[in-house]
Amino acid sequence: MFSEKSLQRLEELKSRYQQPQAVMLEALWMWQEEHGWISEEGIAAVAGNLGVPVHDVYGVVTFYTMYNRQPVGRHKIEVCTNVSCMLRGSDRILRHLQDRLGIAPGETTPDRRFTLVEAECLGACGGAPMMQIGDDFHEGLDPDRVDRILSKLA
Amino acid sequence: MEPLLLPSIPDLHTIGVYEANGGYTMLRKALAMKPEEVTEEVKKSGLRGRGGACFPTGLKWTFMPKKSEKPTYLCINGDESEPGTFKDRQIFEFNPHLLIEGAVIAAYAMGAHTIYLYVRGEYNRWIRMVQKAVDDAAAKGYLGKGILGSEFSADFYLHRGAGAYICGEESALMNSLEGKRGYPRVKPPFPAQYGLWGCPTTINNVETIANVPVILRLGAEAYAKIGAPKHPGPILVGVSGHVNKPGVYEMPTGVLLTEIIERHAGGVPGGKKIKAVIPGGSSTMILRGDQLEGVAMDADSLKAAGSSVGTAGLIVMDEDTDLIRVITRITKFYYHESCGQCTPCREGTGWMLKILKRFESGEGRREDIDLLLDVANNIEGNTICALGDAAAWPVQSMIRRFRDEFEARVTGGAVGVERGVPVAG
Repeated sequence: MFSEKSLQRLEELKSRYQQPQAVMLEALWMWQEEHGWISEEGIAAVAGNLGVPVHDVYGVVTFYTMYNRQPVGRHKIEVCTNVSCMLRGSDRILRHLQDRLGIAPGETTPDRRFTLVEAECLGACGGAPMMQIGDDFHEGLDPDRVDRILSKLA
Repeated sequence: MEPLLLPSIPDLHTIGVYEANGGYTMLRKALAMKPEEVTEEVKKSGLRGRGGACFPTGLKWTFMPKKSEKPTYLCINGDESEPGTFKDRQIFEFNPHLLIEGAVIAAYAMGAHTIYLYVRGEYNRWIRMVQKAVDDAAAKGYLGKGILGSEFSADFYLHRGAGAYICGEESALMNSLEGKRGYPRVKPPFPAQYGLWGCPTTINNVETIANVPVILRLGAEAYAKIGAPKHPGPILVGVSGHVNKPGVYEMPTGVLLTEIIERHAGGVPGGKKIKAVIPGGSSTMILRGDQLEGVAMDADSLKAAGSSVGTAGLIVMDEDTDLIRVITRITKFYYHESCGQCTPCREGTGWMLKILKRFESGEGRREDIDLLLDVANNIEGNTICALGDAAAWPVQSMIRRFRDEFEARVTGGAVGVERGVPVAG
């Protein structure tokens, strides 16, 4: 179920577009922000709200990489390994995170604090190597800086 | 050149400072002109799109129907996902009102009353920054009903993506905005005839739109004199890779690549030689370090050199770079981002990656070089959108310009080269 506040917000957003389906990505964002990931229940709730078939929502969820199709840790760490970051040592950053957290990309720590992901270019090539945690970009990384950033996260 | 898109004025992102520096006076000026006069001015300025295709912006605007019974739309492309590209984010952060002012002027010129700014989902922090600027602009009457006492109305909405490179392709962007999978559409029909919900739509890049108030301020003739004559204006060049000072630098078009690297980006660390550069984001053809002499950041110069401006995301690689790793990583990206609609791209990117991985581990076969080229040639030009070309060009140019690197990784290798050892030079 969507919260009352989200339902209101969705109605408000629908007025911006010719068709309610345009709110699809935002509805999925809202569900993910409320529940952490997008379950079958979330897909059905979005379909019901927008008046579209469940398979259309399923098609969208599986197309975009930022929707979590399973529960993730409190902090999702996304390390860019694309060309500009690779040239400036993203391998070392990813390896350091793997060693420190004891998990491989795509996995979550047993205490559910961290999920580690290898990301495509995040548009911070001038600050390479970089990682994104939540909405925050962390640029100009080295292993020490990574440690300092992680130690500040609950 | 004084920066025009990103002037170094403290707090320019706030509406008060923006207004104090002449902000929104060009909107007032435009509203006093006829819409077709605004378009004519942009046409005369010579502005070409900054999103990669370098298409003349004013000409694109004239494709919109003069009279339309359906609503018409302006879509601004802020998807910015091309590897090596990080310039539009600077506009969101440091000069969002220039983008908003340009958007309203463009909407007025085309008779569009709804503006959508599509921004990649990862830029959520910057979406909030631009939203604040939009709210402030609306509160001052620069957006909404009867803008500045005129009869023109326009709303400005931000639309958040969710992680898909292909949504930077204009027709995929429209499908994504409609709440669908980001599949590119077959063209024609073009967006100006059949865009969002089948209505006339123009899609322009963020930096392109930010140039519009600058054109009105300087006048088309003065603007056309900035930089390269056939591709004029200020351009945001993002420099990344092996340079001392990576970052986004504003300059006129037509600056030599060597000057950008040496003067703006502080040269290559350790004074090393440049082995290769990718001039305009990962889709553009790679150039050898020894062919950069006299090559400038503008459409004609880079075309003559055998590449293109793209998004002006310049990636520099020093003499120790393992280019086979570079091309394998780039190809992995296109394999990951192919939307899967067209067989040549969906299958071909995977095959290229498989072959490249053999070279990466030093197990390439001699015939693999031509096989790889054959796959790339069969993707190029055979897909609905340009992602196929974008995947093929880096591979084709890498083989054409660095064939020796591949040969050195063939099983048994070139003379004196051990299997699997990165080769410099």
